[in-house]
Amino acid sequence: MAGPIDITGAMITTPTPAGDWLAVVPVALPIITGAALLMLRKRLHWQAPIAVATLAVVFLATLALLVRVWTFGTVVMTMGRWLPPFGISFTVDLLGALFACTASLVALVCSVAAVQSVARPARRYGYFPFLLLTAVGVNGAFLTGDIFNLYVWFEVFLISSFGLLVVGSTRAQLDGTLKYGVLNLIGTTLFLIATGYLYGIFGTLNMADVIRKVPAVEGAPLMTLATLYLAAFSMKAAAFPVQAWLPASYHTPNVVTSAFFGGVLTKIGVYALLRVLVLLFPLQLAGLSGVIGWVAAATMVLGALGALAQSDIRRMVGFLVISGVGVMLAGLAVGTGPALAGGIFYAMHSMIALTALYLLAGLVAERAGSSSLHVVAGLSSAPVLIIAAFILMLSIAGLPPGSGLWPKIMVVQAALEAQHGWLTAAVLLSSLLTVITLGRFFLFVFWRPPVADGLGERPKRLMSPGPMLALTFLAVVMGLYPEPFVRAASHAADGLLQPDAYVRAVFGEQG
Amino acid sequence: MEAVLSILVGLFFTAGIYLMLSKAIVRILLGVVVFGNAVNLLIFTAGRIMREVPPVMSLDMTQLTGDTANPLPQALILTAIVISFSFFSFLLVLTFRTYQEVGTDDTVKLRVAEPEGKILPPMGY
Amino acid sequence: MRTLIFRAIAPYLTALMLLFSIFVTLRGHNEPGGGFIGGLLAASAFALYGIAFGVPEARRAMWFHPISVAGTGLLLSAISGLPSFFRGTPYLTGIWTTAPVFHFDVATIILFDLGVYLVVAGAFASIALALEDNGER
Repeated sequence: MAGPIDITGAMITTPTPAGDWLAVVPVALPIITGAALLMLRKRLHWQAPIAVATLAVVFLATLALLVRVWTFGTVVMTMGRWLPPFGISFTVDLLGALFACTASLVALVCSVAAVQSVARPARRYGYFPFLLLTAVGVNGAFLTGDIFNLYVWFEVFLISSFGLLVVGSTRAQLDGTLKYGVLNLIGTTLFLIATGYLYGIFGTLNMADVIRKVPAVEGAPLMTLATLYLAAFSMKAAAFPVQAWLPASYHTPNVVTSAFFGGVLTKIGVYALLRVLVLLFPLQLAGLSGVIGWVAAATMVLGALGALAQSDIRRMVGFLVISGVGVMLAGLAVGTGPALAGGIFYAMHSMIALTALYLLAGLVAERAGSSSLHVVAGLSSAPVLIIAAFILMLSIAGLPPGSGLWPKIMVVQAALEAQHGWLTAAVLLSSLLTVITLGRFFLFVFWRPPVADGLGERPKRLMSPGPMLALTFLAVVMGLYPEPFVRAASHAADGLLQPDAYVRAVFGEQG
Repeated sequence: MEAVLSILVGLFFTAGIYLMLSKAIVRILLGVVVFGNAVNLLIFTAGRIMREVPPVMSLDMTQLTGDTANPLPQALILTAIVISFSFFSFLLVLTFRTYQEVGTDDTVKLRVAEPEGKILPPMGY
Repeated sequence: MRTLIFRAIAPYLTALMLLFSIFVTLRGHNEPGGGFIGGLLAASAFALYGIAFGVPEARRAMWFHPISVAGTGLLLSAISGLPSFFRGTPYLTGIWTTAPVFHFDVATIILFDLGVYLVVAGAFASIALALEDNGER
């Protein structure tokens, strides 16, 4: 077919190195196995092993991708061989690879935990295919270099996450999913509005192409764009004025679902904010940094206060997720290299530590037969849980030797250097409130003598604490040996602040 | 033409947001649909309105001759329509299920997941 | 909606729409048409059948569960991008080759289009049948 036509003007003619396929594997593989599991809905005993194996391979692939990006720089694969900006480019820089790798690890651990805790009816409903398709959307969002494609991946993981949230269909779940669905639909519609304007202004959707065209456009429309993106992604990240959907829904489904969502999904909003505001609109970000700073401070403090006021332990963790998002936004508000690096590192820590905390909350609730702080007590006979709970408390509050310490120090230091004293105060205040919240949780659950009445039936087969312990161990490793993580996060932040390498990776040397 | 469509988009947004401010979930969902259609129209307008032939080649051609319409906004709108339609139908089914189970579609009364009262944790032991 | 006229004509209409949906899908290979619009036609054919004879009957007529159909389509579409690995081209590049016996051109693109057809048909049939099901109760 291609004989007489000269295709060099429209298509990529250099052969694609096999290593670049690593950029596609984290998306294509779970689509394939997820689709296969949808076809095999009757074979219930195949579902879990296939899902776990797939997510293990996906994690290894993202790890290899991270190594490749670290050694050779940004990996680009443009679908269908069309020259960018016409083809959809998967553009994996260090930021995307770091987030994808951490999220894939969390997904893998959650799938292992789900093997035990997801009941047969939920499997028949399609729990594991939905889990895989959510992982597809998450990885796609982290790896893509095209802004409309980013929107599509947002919708992919949203629609699959509906399935995960509503499976089981208790009254609370229906209620929570309805609020989650409607509010997130409005949020992504805002994203779509912004993208429509972006296309109207630049005539392109490829992010690298937008970076090249930004200097030629006057400021005012760009400010509108940046503000719209800020509103849309803040909603997805559950930042302060638009966070209401998270505490309304995340405590209702199976605890593994909560853990996966609480760990990963809000971070996609943070990732999108970093990607779009820092990479595409750095000048507008500087103008918005005051607003983002206030949003960040309010999110941190009010999230922690909200956690302090909850008696349901899973809702408490939900508010802690919100509080953590504030710290990442504080990094974004300061906007210097070290501050962004702190925000990125905090996001990685938060994915791991909060997933572990959700799983811990599930284990505690299962052993006590309730998730209310009024009832849960006297679990002093479970030493493994006590140690893990203590480490996670330190980790999330940002005390040594937990993983939250170093990113918080990075953000605080950067905020002080940039003369944002009040932002520092907010970070420290939210940490204090978090210590109080989790300390009280620890006290009530493990030290308080058992309350005589009110304890529900204990299930015969308890969930294994293994997946939670694996993540807790990782949190300790991140806290005791933070150098590689700090270096990776710093390089990722540098890559955002100096987009030349990103553009060159997509368009070659002439870009 | 763009000006007329822009005003129309504005009207759509107004109607959609007005409906979304309501308490009944069905009205909110209708508002979301109007809102979504406003966005589709917005993308259409932002992609520039022009009177050209569609970019389709017959078998014996190797490249397009003359100006053709830009197919990309339409592709974007198609994607957005599909997504918002599947979202809408999912939420519609979910609303119906919720109405069957809980017996209300009033967002103020819909507090199964976040019960009122007895929220505060114990003060000590 | 279960009038005699409608019930008498619905099977023929369904068959005709399914046939037409396949025609539109294959036509989309080189001309306007394609898997998406074909899938919508197929889904509306089953929705029509469901209106005429009830949802259980329509599900039986579909033979496979709609979600399984969608899964098959997703699998086909995702797999259609893989052969390009062996040609050293990016994912989802269209690969053309000539069939060994009958000497006509075959491409991975048609596989992708059929996948889209099945995804859309399955997903939208599932949505339509679920909505019809709720309406009856």
